[in-house]
Amino acid sequence: MIRVHALSKNFNNFTAVDQVSFEVQRGEVLGFLGPNGAGKSTTMKMLTCFIPPSSGTAEICGFSILDNPLQVRAQIGYLPESAPSYDEMMVGEFLNFVAEIRGYGGKELRRRVSIVIEMTALGEVKNQMIETLSKGFRQRTCLAQALLHDPPVLILDEPTDGLDPNQKHEVRSLISSISEERTILISTHILEEVEAVCTRAMIISAGKVVGYGTPDELKSQSLYRNSVKVSVNGADPKQLLKDFNELDFVYSVERLPEKRKDLVTMRLYPQNKESIALKLEQYLFSQQIPIEHFNVSLGRLDEVFRELTTGKQS
Amino acid sequence: MNGFYPIFKRELLAYFRSPVAYVFIIIFLAANAGCTFLLGNFYNSQQASLEIFFLFHPWLYLFLIPAVGMRLWAEERRTGTSELLLTFPVRMTTTVFAKFFAAWFFIGIALLLTFPMILTVHYLGSPDNGPIITGYLGSFLMAGSYLAIASCTSAMTKNQVISFILSVVICLVLVLLGWGVLSDSLNAVFPVWISDFVSQFSFTTHYDAIRRGVVDLRDLIYFISIIIIMLILNVVVLESHKAS
Repeated sequence: MIRVHALSKNFNNFTAVDQVSFEVQRGEVLGFLGPNGAGKSTTMKMLTCFIPPSSGTAEICGFSILDNPLQVRAQIGYLPESAPSYDEMMVGEFLNFVAEIRGYGGKELRRRVSIVIEMTALGEVKNQMIETLSKGFRQRTCLAQALLHDPPVLILDEPTDGLDPNQKHEVRSLISSISEERTILISTHILEEVEAVCTRAMIISAGKVVGYGTPDELKSQSLYRNSVKVSVNGADPKQLLKDFNELDFVYSVERLPEKRKDLVTMRLYPQNKESIALKLEQYLFSQQIPIEHFNVSLGRLDEVFRELTTGKQS
Repeated sequence: MNGFYPIFKRELLAYFRSPVAYVFIIIFLAANAGCTFLLGNFYNSQQASLEIFFLFHPWLYLFLIPAVGMRLWAEERRTGTSELLLTFPVRMTTTVFAKFFAAWFFIGIALLLTFPMILTVHYLGSPDNGPIITGYLGSFLMAGSYLAIASCTSAMTKNQVISFILSVVICLVLVLLGWGVLSDSLNAVFPVWISDFVSQFSFTTHYDAIRRGVVDLRDLIYFISIIIIMLILNVVVLESHKAS
């Protein structure tokens, strides 16, 4: 597991990471969210002992990054940003090299290499030069090297960066499938990824933690939480707006642009972000208002993200 | 020294995977032959020895060794593989030495490929094999010192050209410190011990002694210390780059 305590990193006068603390337990996948330059990669580089922190500390499986860097590295499978690997090597050869560095040899080495080749579906390019590979295969080659020693902790810096939607899906399924006995930290700026693979998410901005919680908890901070979008057929917009505004469980009503001329579309925001779907449905039914669409929003992560990282509401 | 062998092997193979190895070996052999036979007038010397052959090595290495060493770290930093390499559970000192020894081994191969020179002098006469063996030893040790400097300057920058120029300049200074012209001009102004002292820091002073067939422990220590000091400096440079 990962335990981070008041970790900071200064580059000259610039504070890249500012007093970041968090914990990730076994079986959890923590999504590290933030705009570019927020300090995600810097934090990961400190956790993998690539760069030393300016202050604060962290423990990986009980080993301190300050005192036991070699043990820390042995526990971690690390996929650096932009997935570097040696261009002049073949995929299989590269994985053999990493396995040797990790201290494997003989049968055990061959077994581990063939397992990760299968996991990351690299079989068809095993004997191909890395420089001739597509972005997706390069990414997976570097991911394979991170999995070789079956590490208890995985730190993946933008694992789906540059992949097409199918490849993204494959990598996410892979991460989900191996997450059970592991502690995983992944950074991303793709919000859908957080909902797809993460059990918890942390939003950082300008080096500081600005949001932390399960994806659902974060979404509950959204303005759109439990708001309902209704499209009504052939209604008088003014009358409808008036009627909706008079409902006691509705906080405000917004008229949305609508392409179809026979429809009027509105978004109803609830009092205190409570669930109003049932009440609204009963009302619409009792008034016999002909509805075409009825859509409840659980909140939008992108809006929460923008609000937390820029301080502005969308 | 966990991890030494895989890194050494990968690095050495990397030379032969790129055209660098072949271009280097061909130019090294051609330049050696050119210097010995054309510049050095080997045949006119009427001597069955490799003295002329070894005479030019400090100057040949000045450009050829930085060309081998410049990619050692600059390339890793440019492509980002340093982040991978330096987050494996291997001590940085081991990694630095493994990469250095791979490059040194490669230069050793190139040096061994000059063996036709030995055959030539044996065909032409009956040379004293002592200075030939110590010549190769001195040349190899000196190559290691040039290489350690190149490895260190390579860690300072992502740019291979800058790394090359830096190491050429440093090596040139270390060659020139023992150059006769410099000593003479120093002697004209200062007492003799000053020029003696300065020339003790030079590659040429120690190399000349070894290649003449005198293997003095002090000369060996000189080259080995340069290698160790530069590689430790190499580790320090890498550490400080990571910190900033």
